Amino acid sequence: MCLAVPMRIESIEGTQALVDMGGLRREISLVLTPDAQVGDYVLIHTGFAISVLDEQEAQETLALFAELEEASREMDANQGRES
Amino acid sequence: MNQGFRAQAFRDPAAAQRLIDAAKGAARKPIAIMEFCGGHTHAIMRYGLRDALAPEIRLLSGPGCPVCVTDDSDIDLAIALGKHPDITVATFGDMVRVPGTGGSLADARAQGASVEIVYSALDALDLARAHPDTNVVMLGIGFETTAPTIAAAVRAAAEEGLTNFFLLSLHKTTPPAMRAILDGGEVHVDGVLGPGHVTAITGADAWHFLPVEYGVPCAVSGFEPLDILLSVRDLAVAMTERRPAVINAYRRGVTAGGNAVARQLMAEVFRSSDARWRGLGVIPASGLDLAPAYAAYDARHRFSVEAAVSAGPSAEARGCRCGDVLRGVIAPPECPLFGRACTPTRPIGPCMVSAEGACAAHYRYGRSLS
Repeated sequence: MCLAVPMRIESIEGTQALVDMGGLRREISLVLTPDAQVGDYVLIHTGFAISVLDEQEAQETLALFAELEEASREMDANQGRES
Repeated sequence: MNQGFRAQAFRDPAAAQRLIDAAKGAARKPIAIMEFCGGHTHAIMRYGLRDALAPEIRLLSGPGCPVCVTDDSDIDLAIALGKHPDITVATFGDMVRVPGTGGSLADARAQGASVEIVYSALDALDLARAHPDTNVVMLGIGFETTAPTIAAAVRAAAEEGLTNFFLLSLHKTTPPAMRAILDGGEVHVDGVLGPGHVTAITGADAWHFLPVEYGVPCAVSGFEPLDILLSVRDLAVAMTERRPAVINAYRRGVTAGGNAVARQLMAEVFRSSDARWRGLGVIPASGLDLAPAYAAYDARHRFSVEAAVSAGPSAEARGCRCGDVLRGVIAPPECPLFGRACTPTRPIGPCMVSAEGACAAHYRYGRSLS
């Protein structure tokens, strides 16, 4: 029920916006996120944008996964040398 | 789509395995984590995370399915409204098949009640505009994620002067339910997976009472498998290091303070009230009624409809243990009806009806494993 999906704002007219996800387009309300801009990704829940997604934070989380991968590779390599 | 928001980027199997190993490695003793949100339950079952984390880390489903926690008496009231000749009930689709004591809204519609399924509260407003001679009652179901969207519709109706749009508010707020479960003491919870989209509205700070008052860490989580596993790892580390805190593991969508515009709108349109939850009983200050300034839009005030007292037995009376499932006391397969008398095509309790109910998620994804 609390399902929300990220979609990109294509255009804004008043408090309404046209959003897109992979070609799926929908008109939604920006009443809850009045500062959202064209090009922003927003979380859509029941026809409303409820949050503007933070791109930098998203990249930092993905970078964290990459670091884990790197650390684990190093650990594997070290274990290889020890054995 | 921007790489950082692509769901696929958060589903990488190798990264998932690293996080599972890290989480299990961090857990010095077996730990139990409750996922509050039904959306998390669904993702956990879909991606097999529950089995992947066991036995070191046990994931328990909580009460975070708004449809599931709606009380029989409230469903009966909604049905009574739908049977009123001058009323059309507008509802989100999840709600129509949930049984009250005398059947569901779908059953009532089959018998002639006027029930319309809407995707958004704005669709219910459109319905009221298009049918000025009909009273449209929106069923306000949902937690803090949904409540501000309903509040926006009520305020729009007021600004527009619509006189045939009303709300039956059955909204509930999540922190009091988490408190009720911890206070109840029936189930041991070492950490809480915080509901990501609820918290996009409330802000991560809303969960500070968990570490401060209960010593239980809370990780606010997104809904992709890597989001959930990152949160679980962070919880395991926080428990081992004995540093209970609120961890925001869904930073791309959630801030400490949440959505201030949405919270202000909720404060304007609603006021806190006691609410009855299926499985948890009445929880003080866990509901949202319309504020006095919006009383004219309150379906409870406008229509003197009493819920028909049904002779039929409630789901619980027929052996359904949905209430125990919602409190995390039992896992769905422990209910004697699960998968036998109660299936998604012939559900007895709401936890099997709603796609995000714990029983439906276990039935769909977990049967071959359990």
